[in-house]
Amino acid sequence: MKILVCISNVPDTTSKINFTADQTAFDPTGVQFVINPNDEFGLTRAMWFKEKQGAAVHVATVGSVAVEPTIRKALAIGADEGIRIDAEPVDGLFVARQLAEVVKNGGYDLIIAGRESIDYNGGMVPGMMAAMLDMNFVNTCISLEVEGNKATAIREIDGGKETLETTLPLIIGGQKGLVEESDLKIPNMRGIMMARQKKLTVVPSLEAAEGTLDTRFEKPAPKGPVKLVEPTNLDELIELLNKEAKAI
Amino acid sequence: MSVLAYTESENGTFKKNAFEVASYARQLAESLGTEAIAVAVNVDQPEKLGNYGISRVLQVSEDRLKQFNARATASLLKQAVAASGAQAVITSSSTDAKFAASILAGMLKGGYVNNVVSQPESTSPMVVKRTAFSNKGFAFTELKGTPAIIGVSNNAFGMVEKQGTAEIESFAADFSESDFGIRSVALDKVADKVTIADADVVVSGGRGLKGPENWGMIEELAEVLGAATACSKPVSDLGWRPHSEHVGQTGKPVASNLYIAIGISGAIQHLAGVNASKTKVVINTDPEAPFFKAADYGVVGDAFEVVPELIEKLKEFKAQNG
Repeated sequence: MKILVCISNVPDTTSKINFTADQTAFDPTGVQFVINPNDEFGLTRAMWFKEKQGAAVHVATVGSVAVEPTIRKALAIGADEGIRIDAEPVDGLFVARQLAEVVKNGGYDLIIAGRESIDYNGGMVPGMMAAMLDMNFVNTCISLEVEGNKATAIREIDGGKETLETTLPLIIGGQKGLVEESDLKIPNMRGIMMARQKKLTVVPSLEAAEGTLDTRFEKPAPKGPVKLVEPTNLDELIELLNKEAKAI
Repeated sequence: MSVLAYTESENGTFKKNAFEVASYARQLAESLGTEAIAVAVNVDQPEKLGNYGISRVLQVSEDRLKQFNARATASLLKQAVAASGAQAVITSSSTDAKFAASILAGMLKGGYVNNVVSQPESTSPMVVKRTAFSNKGFAFTELKGTPAIIGVSNNAFGMVEKQGTAEIESFAADFSESDFGIRSVALDKVADKVTIADADVVVSGGRGLKGPENWGMIEELAEVLGAATACSKPVSDLGWRPHSEHVGQTGKPVASNLYIAIGISGAIQHLAGVNASKTKVVINTDPEAPFFKAADYGVVGDAFEVVPELIEKLKEFKAQNG
């Protein structure tokens, strides 16, 4: 089985988000970048397929040379090869088109992406790839087993979960649950050393249309001070929730 | 020309977000000077959409869609777009709607945005406001191409009634074999329990509750308020509660009217996930807990004393106020 894990390079979850002075772009100053958490759960599941079922695992991302440390991290975790599509990832449609081309040329059986990136939250890349490649697709996937050509996946739904059966080739929009948080791998020194020798191919991007353009950004309005209620006076809390907030 | 609303249902009945989506579509159709058309699948009373200003319902009766299928739904919507000449497609931001809309956007090679919080600030070009950076910011996003696919954030826009009559028209879509390449074999859904996605009120517990055996009062408070229960990331990582209850940046997003956080300190990732909630109440022993800075109302006190008393007082309040 040949697996492609699509990873996105995103600000660490603890990052404070700032925008440029003219509010037209995200300001990466002082921000630590990591593998998108939803993608990392998928990457870790792919490592399981590598160890138990002998799968070959490649990782791909769309970005400038600045994203290479994130690809190297994925290689240090255990992916066999990296692919960087040399372009700024302008929007989901553009990114999906680039990744679909990698899938088409690479003959992958299983493509694992995250259900969304935690930065732009587009949530569209795996679904768009599935449409472009006419492949089966399971989103919000929290469990995946593959036997030969058959796959069993569980997806999270609002208020529960659904078990699905399908066949390869298959695209997955993964998230937490695909593996446990405690299964996530921190690269060790040996992995980091080995990653330096692994193949990282840079491919040129294709001309592709964009579906969206973020024209400007805004931070949420600052919150007013909290109204504190004494624990001995909960009637006041109920009164505030009812009359002021109209929340109950 | 039209605005097309994808209205979700379950067992023949519309979900609440179907009416939110219909309301949004109707208002956008008015701005564009056109009509709002809805797609309803296996619904018993499609005419209900007339109360929200939908003028025409494309009613689909299809046994193979009794269980939601994202690819087939995308395929159906693609055909409905062609039949109605839709300039915009409106969906909810539910798990199912996001699943189908991303495929639809790939099929149409159009612009798609979800978690949209208000009507477009401009319709030519089409620019909408949406949450981004996991609720740490908002983006104003221009949608290129036609139709524009807009996923409306739950609870952000609300239901706006507008009396009218919806014409019901049966709509037959053609499906290919690959539309049903994914088969549903089991569904595990908690019946009679409010889901985090649909809830008006969410009651959430953190590590301050000390152990899973103490969740009884969280569930009781949720029951009094008709709320969904949720938890912080450490609680789900410790296995005290299922992952499906984890809310925050890497868990489920919450956009409820009221969010009550009990024994949750308020890490930046948690706050990001729940920021879209309108009113936030924090109950915590530590007055320095960062969550107090993000909350509307706070009680500095021991949850094991405050919550049981709050339950009693809310029961009295509910008894008096229906």
